[in-house]
Amino acid sequence: MSKPNNILTKFKNMPVDGMTKTLFVAITLCLVCSMVVSFAAVNLKEVQEVNKAVDKQKNILQVAGLYYEGIDVEKSFSSFDPVVVDLNQGKFTNRFDPLTFDDRKAAQDPLLSIPLKEDPASIGRRTNFATVYLLKKEDGSLDKIILPIHGYGLWSTLYGFIALEKNGNDIFGLQFYQHAETPGLGAEVDNPKWKAQWKGKKLNNDSGELMITVAKTQKYKDHHIDALAGATLTSNGVDNLVKFWMGEYGFKKFLTNLKNGAA
Amino acid sequence: MSQTRKQLLTDPLVDNNPITLQVLGICSALAVTSSLNVAFVMSLAVIAVCGFSSLFISFLRHYIPNSIRIIVQMVIIASLVILVDQIIKAYAYEISKTLSVFVGLIITNCIVMGRAEAFAMKNKPFESFVDGVGNGLGYSLLLMSVGVIRELFGSGSLFGVMIFEPVSNGGWYVPNGLLLLPPSAFFIIGFIIWGVRTWKKSQVEAREYKIQTLEEH
Repeated sequence: MSKPNNILTKFKNMPVDGMTKTLFVAITLCLVCSMVVSFAAVNLKEVQEVNKAVDKQKNILQVAGLYYEGIDVEKSFSSFDPVVVDLNQGKFTNRFDPLTFDDRKAAQDPLLSIPLKEDPASIGRRTNFATVYLLKKEDGSLDKIILPIHGYGLWSTLYGFIALEKNGNDIFGLQFYQHAETPGLGAEVDNPKWKAQWKGKKLNNDSGELMITVAKTQKYKDHHIDALAGATLTSNGVDNLVKFWMGEYGFKKFLTNLKNGAA
Repeated sequence: MSQTRKQLLTDPLVDNNPITLQVLGICSALAVTSSLNVAFVMSLAVIAVCGFSSLFISFLRHYIPNSIRIIVQMVIIASLVILVDQIIKAYAYEISKTLSVFVGLIITNCIVMGRAEAFAMKNKPFESFVDGVGNGLGYSLLLMSVGVIRELFGSGSLFGVMIFEPVSNGGWYVPNGLLLLPPSAFFIIGFIIWGVRTWKKSQVEAREYKIQTLEEH
């Protein structure tokens, strides 16, 4: 018999529970399994990314009231103009490509975000740059402004969009696309009836103070959203996050600039 | 299929159900049964993982060193779970959002591990596969039963289709909010176990102790 065969026979005759074979099995198994897992992950990544992008676009269409069953999401989405906004300046910026810019990644990056001292929405750090979506009319004039918002509810961070009319004060709609609130209670933020309340409400009063509130009792008719029954903490979370993102640290500067044509 | 193989598939449905008799895999049964769509995808995932992990572990059973057998089983199960998770994310994105961490937690589901250790390590691949699928089906049967009760009475719908119009949408049905919270699944599973054991007396466990009566002297 040749030499390599000898080694093979020797290896074959080793006890399964011996050190050599134990190591051999462990290493081989790990290699094979990691190959299978990475093969799947790499091959499916493209489909998953497309899913995520389409899901986001679908939610932007929904919040703008343009979505219906069976719509071609990507085609309809082309009427939106994505732009990156510098939140500190309240102005548009060309520093990033709006199609690839990732707000969530930026919020983790110490160079692109700031830690919050006052943090009502419990988000820890706020990104300095956010992607907003401008819906244009056919003649090219501004129709609606879609702004990304997020903040903590009861169990999870709620991610969503708020759609404003072109004056930057009248709300057209609000929609969350990712959250893990209690089904039937907090998850009623997805209830169309509840969401319909937002339409026509105003963010600020005539003297420019931020008035919008989610609460049980109504104080100001134009700025009041009924809280969800049985979901006080989720409602408080939504209240806080809308106030935060529409306030000084959020989009207020940008909205004022946009209104005055200085963005 | 021979009689014994058929039994491997059908026994875990009622006679040897992993949840009602062995009381395993309760955690995920609580978490994913508030809506049927989610419960259904979870069921498919568990059937696939349970069947294939048993198959592969059975193939390797003569080569697995005893000292690391649990780790080897876990590695195989974990790889399959990641595979399933990736596929769900790619082809059922909406549902993957609600299932979130629970697919990953199949790794720690005692049913999968239990079948690998108790059956696949000692039996031929095909039988092990059938046994794995059977136990997955037993789990699914219970998951779907609990899901029907929870979704119907908790949200008034089945598979997301409105059956009882709830008050919040202008209907007549006042949904029972408790049924949407995880503890309600405890009650339902408890009642199901009670029902099954009343029907099949052989499943009732023998008492481990007996209360002594005090005799007066």
